[in-house]
Amino acid sequence: MSKYLADENGYYGAFGGAFIPEMLYPNTEELRVHYLEIMERNSFQKEFKHLLKDYVGRPTPLYYAKRLSATYGTKIYLKREDLCHTGAHKVNNTIGQILMAKALGKKRIIAETGAGQHGVATATVCALMGIECVIYMGEIDISRQAPNVARMKLLGATVRAATSGSKTLKDATNEAIRDWINNPVDTHYIIGSVVGPHPYPDMVARFQSVISEETKKQLLEKEGTENPTHVIACVGGGSNAAGQFYHYLDREDVNIIAVEAAGKGVHSGESAATSALGKVGIIHGSKTLLMQTNDGQITEPHSISAGLDYPGIGPMHAHLYSSKRAKFVSITDAEAMAAGKRLSILEGIIPAIETAHAFAVLEHETFKADDIIIFNCSGRGDKDLQTYIDYFEL
Amino acid sequence: MSKRIIELFDTDKKLVSIYFTAGFPKLNDTVEIIENLEKAGVDLIEIGLPFSDPLADGPTIQESSTKALHNGMTTELLFEQLSNIRQKVKTPLIIMGYFNPVMQYGVESFCQKCEEIGIDALILPDLPLREYQLHYKEIFNRHGLDLIYLITPQTPEERIRGIDEMSNSFIYMVSSSSTTGAKAGFSIENQEYFKRIAEMKLKNPTLVGFGISDKNSFDQATAYSQGAIIGSAFIKHVENKGINQISTFVEKLNS
Repeated sequence: MSKYLADENGYYGAFGGAFIPEMLYPNTEELRVHYLEIMERNSFQKEFKHLLKDYVGRPTPLYYAKRLSATYGTKIYLKREDLCHTGAHKVNNTIGQILMAKALGKKRIIAETGAGQHGVATATVCALMGIECVIYMGEIDISRQAPNVARMKLLGATVRAATSGSKTLKDATNEAIRDWINNPVDTHYIIGSVVGPHPYPDMVARFQSVISEETKKQLLEKEGTENPTHVIACVGGGSNAAGQFYHYLDREDVNIIAVEAAGKGVHSGESAATSALGKVGIIHGSKTLLMQTNDGQITEPHSISAGLDYPGIGPMHAHLYSSKRAKFVSITDAEAMAAGKRLSILEGIIPAIETAHAFAVLEHETFKADDIIIFNCSGRGDKDLQTYIDYFEL
Repeated sequence: MSKRIIELFDTDKKLVSIYFTAGFPKLNDTVEIIENLEKAGVDLIEIGLPFSDPLADGPTIQESSTKALHNGMTTELLFEQLSNIRQKVKTPLIIMGYFNPVMQYGVESFCQKCEEIGIDALILPDLPLREYQLHYKEIFNRHGLDLIYLITPQTPEERIRGIDEMSNSFIYMVSSSSTTGAKAGFSIENQEYFKRIAEMKLKNPTLVGFGISDKNSFDQATAYSQGAIIGSAFIKHVENKGINQISTFVEKLNS
């Protein structure tokens, strides 16, 4: 058992647990009692692997980025999660959770979404299984991610606007949780990241761990070693990072770099750099690092990327930060946009703006010629085209 | 355990408990609302400490919390407003809020302040039983505070028995699977749940909360319990009629 993974009570060191109102106790308890046993069933594993292969298109390639490597004088590989069906890693988790929901006999699915990637991935698997689907999305995100809203509707989902608070991911999550309180028996809540009450962070990380499982095999073929010198991923809630880090957590010779959104600057007052600005507290049922006032009110984050616009991080990442297992780097909106453009020009890959934050690390850190660096290229930039157009006046 | 709360339940009367959000409608209404509630004959008062992300609450309490925070309400200010409250009212007082603001204030300091002021109990819906038992119960009890537990229609019988065992004042019965302020009136199903709990003959009395807005729903809720808690409907009332018309709201429940 890794000291960086959840213990039986859902704690990662001092972080995690299940800080939920009694109204949610039966829902999470049902999941907590059954999730491991269900995931370990042969029938579950067989269907999960089958869908990841034939429906999602896994394994995703581990691509050697030749021009990017030459530019930075090091060896860079991209784990191409952007090539997954629906355009991001999010679908690994929704495939797993829809099978979980079926095994639990649930008839209705709810989910929150920020950038819309998780909403689309959830609406997709609900269409695949013929299950009713309601997606909560902040009103602001609905307007800045219009193509994904249209996709969800086309897939048959109902999209409901979260109009409270900052009208972004945090508020969409609140609304989804309230829906779950109101529908405790027939509904499964597909949380999109490694956040929320136990067992969600652990369950989502397990579903996403396929990313690093594949990476190890692929790197062995290409480099003769399973282990790179660095793994790098962006962190909003942190699911793509959890998946990319998972099988490397106990390999202390593999450096882990988690990249957060600094918005207009870490100390600008418009940032989502949780590790730099956060304190220990409770958000969405989990004890973790979160951005808050001295009085314990959760503050409203800012990032140009809707998927990183979250005032907390998953408890696993809070633990990686506080134990110093991972290095956390903050990247501004401007740095991320420049990195997104650079990857487009050098490699012909337009990344999601969330993903672009990770690539901006190349400008911050110095790497050696014989380093092997793996980036989780977690999502593609189609959904962000309008932001790119506006930003670069294309 | 609180003497005031124990004495409160030593009656056959159906108890009226009112929840309001501190700092709403105006920042400094807190003390006057409490005094008016006592004058109106309310038996138990729940002072809501506003939180930015109240997961268990519906739109009315969410909005009142947002406005209260916008007005400038803080934990420290609430304690300041309440500092002389026991010279003015005798009614049992409960602070209801979410755990994060309490954690940031410091659980020990928060309980210390409550004891100094004369708060009788706390309701913190997102502080789970297990965490409370392991880390905080001793602190609460040292300051003479009870934590009031919630049960819902989905809570298994065994867990209700456990909660009853650990409770020292009363149990907060959430009427249905919903957030606060959801709907008026109760279905047959709700009433069967009230009856089922009554038949368990728990050692603690129960108060029913969530979905009670008028005399009809109050009577339904208290048919099998010792009283009921009203929040959203009261907040709407003070928003529309101001804080000087509190007695008209309470009289309607008792008439």
